[in-house]
Amino acid sequence: MKMAKYVMKRLVLMLFVLFVITTVCFMLVRILPRPLPDYKNLRDIILARWEALGYNEPLLVQYGIYLKNIFTSWDFGTSWYIEVNEPAWNLLTDRLLPTVLVNLYSLILSIPIGIGLGVYAAINKNKWQDSFISTAVMIFISVPAYVYAFLVQYFLYFKFNLLPLQVLSLADAGGSWFTWKMFKSMIAPVLALSFGQIAGLCRFTRAELTETLTSDYMLLARTKGLTRAQATSRHALKNAMVPILPMIISTFIGVLAGSFVIEQIFSIPGVGQLYMMSIRLFDYDVFMMDMIFYTFISLLAGIVVDISYGFIDPRIRMGE
Amino acid sequence: MENKKFDSIPKEKFTLVHHGERISDKKFDDKPIGYFKDALIRFKKNKASVLAFWIILGILAFSILAPVLITNHDSKFMCNMYAKKPARIASMLNVKIFDGGMDTKSNETGFIKLVGIGMAAADGDGQGVTVSEGLASEYSPMIEIGEAYEQEISKTRSTTYYPFRVDAYLREGFVYRSVEQSEYARIKAWEEETGLQVLYPVIDNNEWTIDPEDANYWYKTNSKGQPVKVNAAGDATVITYSENMVLEDNYKRDAEGNVMYYTYAGGGNADTAQYRVRLLYYNYYQYLYGSTPDYVMGTDSQGYDLALRIAGGIKLSMTIAISVSIINFIIGAMWGAVAGYYGGTVDILMERITDILAGVPFIVVATLFQIHLAAKVGPIVCLLFAYILTGWIGTSSRVRTQFYRFKNQEYVMAARTLGAKDKRIIWKHIFPNTLGTIITSVALVIPSTILSESNLSFLGIIKLGTADYSSLGNLLAEANGIWTNYPHLMIYPALFISLLMITFNLFGNGLRDAFNPSLRGTED
Repeated sequence: MKMAKYVMKRLVLMLFVLFVITTVCFMLVRILPRPLPDYKNLRDIILARWEALGYNEPLLVQYGIYLKNIFTSWDFGTSWYIEVNEPAWNLLTDRLLPTVLVNLYSLILSIPIGIGLGVYAAINKNKWQDSFISTAVMIFISVPAYVYAFLVQYFLYFKFNLLPLQVLSLADAGGSWFTWKMFKSMIAPVLALSFGQIAGLCRFTRAELTETLTSDYMLLARTKGLTRAQATSRHALKNAMVPILPMIISTFIGVLAGSFVIEQIFSIPGVGQLYMMSIRLFDYDVFMMDMIFYTFISLLAGIVVDISYGFIDPRIRMGE
Repeated sequence: MENKKFDSIPKEKFTLVHHGERISDKKFDDKPIGYFKDALIRFKKNKASVLAFWIILGILAFSILAPVLITNHDSKFMCNMYAKKPARIASMLNVKIFDGGMDTKSNETGFIKLVGIGMAAADGDGQGVTVSEGLASEYSPMIEIGEAYEQEISKTRSTTYYPFRVDAYLREGFVYRSVEQSEYARIKAWEEETGLQVLYPVIDNNEWTIDPEDANYWYKTNSKGQPVKVNAAGDATVITYSENMVLEDNYKRDAEGNVMYYTYAGGGNADTAQYRVRLLYYNYYQYLYGSTPDYVMGTDSQGYDLALRIAGGIKLSMTIAISVSIINFIIGAMWGAVAGYYGGTVDILMERITDILAGVPFIVVATLFQIHLAAKVGPIVCLLFAYILTGWIGTSSRVRTQFYRFKNQEYVMAARTLGAKDKRIIWKHIFPNTLGTIITSVALVIPSTILSESNLSFLGIIKLGTADYSSLGNLLAEANGIWTNYPHLMIYPALFISLLMITFNLFGNGLRDAFNPSLRGTED
């Protein structure tokens, strides 16, 4: 009961924050001058549409219309330049899949490797394996993602020509995101994303596991006759997972937001690229849509992490 | 030990320990070790962090000293002929990373053109030249020539490719320029003085000239750019490459058959008359700027010295990062102190505000600031605003937690009983306790600021590049797309950014461990 109340409280608070941010962003975006296309017919059409949609009303009235459209018809505005007259919502959902795929593949790759390396380092604490892994992790976590992207492109494309330079367009890959050709072209960005994630997960796992390995219940487990491997896997690892799982969950939600830089370098037609395109082409309705999306995702990630603690570890009681 | 009898010691052998002297506490021999000194001692034990600290100092020294050490041009110097060139130092040409070389390959036509540059340079007065003389010339762009090989283009055709390493500076070869007659005389005088030849014979514009603007086709060519031999009847046969290939020059000659070094291009009196001349650019560069083109890291995509651009970029990034962390430190400390000390309604209100600010993704903040304010206050100030708007939240929540921990402790109560005002309690009694955690977070803000700045530059959301300065991220953004042909454009900035990130993270982690009293004694 308390849990439900806590979740409700958090959700209401999240909606409030989202509302405030949306309002401020809307005002800031709508007061920007909107460029018009040079082509006269299109310009007249767009101007007429704007007039009809109330873009020339006072700012607060515009905001009222905007909210009304969202609540009554789930209409977040229209794209005027990227894909003329398409609803902004459709543009976003169209681009969600490539972003999610690339990030999901990289998560699938990095979670086992990251946790595995972390566990290995923690078990061999203060031995050479540990210091080697820790040093590598320090380096890999610090180097920016685009450097990996460059390296992957250089070695896998220019040196050995194993993979395509960029992610294929939908048409080139046979009209589906799930063909083998498409998957192959996604390997490069997946690798570029994974280095950092593996390092991050490894560091986190190692830190948590070394802490649980030295706790008293481990001593108890050993004294009652468990082998070291048994004690580690049944007690230490389980407890170390308490903070690790929420972290994975939040990364999982963060997957939706994707990585701007990687999408840019590998020209993945994802949400990040949409964001960049909407700024470049001054497509402000799409920009607004993308902003709401990113804000929502980051707020959601925070809540889910907090709540998941309560589910995973019965000792943690929420809202008390 | 010897067995002694202690029960029969004579009384006079006993003396009082303290007889006639005042007993007082002994003064400490050492100086007392405070919190910061203790942290410093423990920081010094962390070898990696100390090393990182010295590397950071080294990078900073590079960014400050580079403009002092590179004396032949300053950071605003730009030569667009020599844009995107790899590193080259004239006095260290035998060291491979400083020879200005690029490994490449070419078909026969292109290969002969490059060999021809050296031949033309060796033959400054049109007397005729052999291939070996040309390759031996110090202006020959060929550094190393590999074995020629056949490569299939299609099933029926194959082409011969010549792999070679070419000097990217010398391959520019010759250029046409229009100079005033007075300038022409000055070049002549400079040639006399230094013994370096700048002016080379001009090329005739006739049927054997493929491109009258390209000063490197000094030999007779057909319409495909292949060198040809022309017989008396005017029939052309294509010359193929060999060790003793002879190219037929196409120089403009006067009535006596001597080559000409300029053509009159118009203009009035003796001073303003325009001469069209053909210049060996490498030597012309020396004439113009007084030194050979020496670039320790090559040139960037526009022709600035990359080393100086990087040095400037580090300075810019560090300035932004340090000012951001200091400002965030001040705002975060004050906000967190007030929220944590007063608690209650004040705290809840302030927390809601930070909730809202923390909810906005940083990229959105940066974009909005950039769109609205970049034209008014410039991109750097804009970026600072964006960082400061949300950056202090982390610091403030740390300070707030610390205040909650300390505000109800006895010594605070004692201070309050003695009549200390809130202000005094906050800053004098509680705040120093939070310093350790804050300093760590300040140190870790620096790499994250550098990283996000470079990401934003890379994406093109901010543009921190003008003639005066360029951020590291901007250099990388400029390299994006072309770096495969000019790897140095990406390698050097990426190397410095990665090094900065690694060292600052190591340094920050060292500080965090050093300032964390609970880790005390666990390291050993």
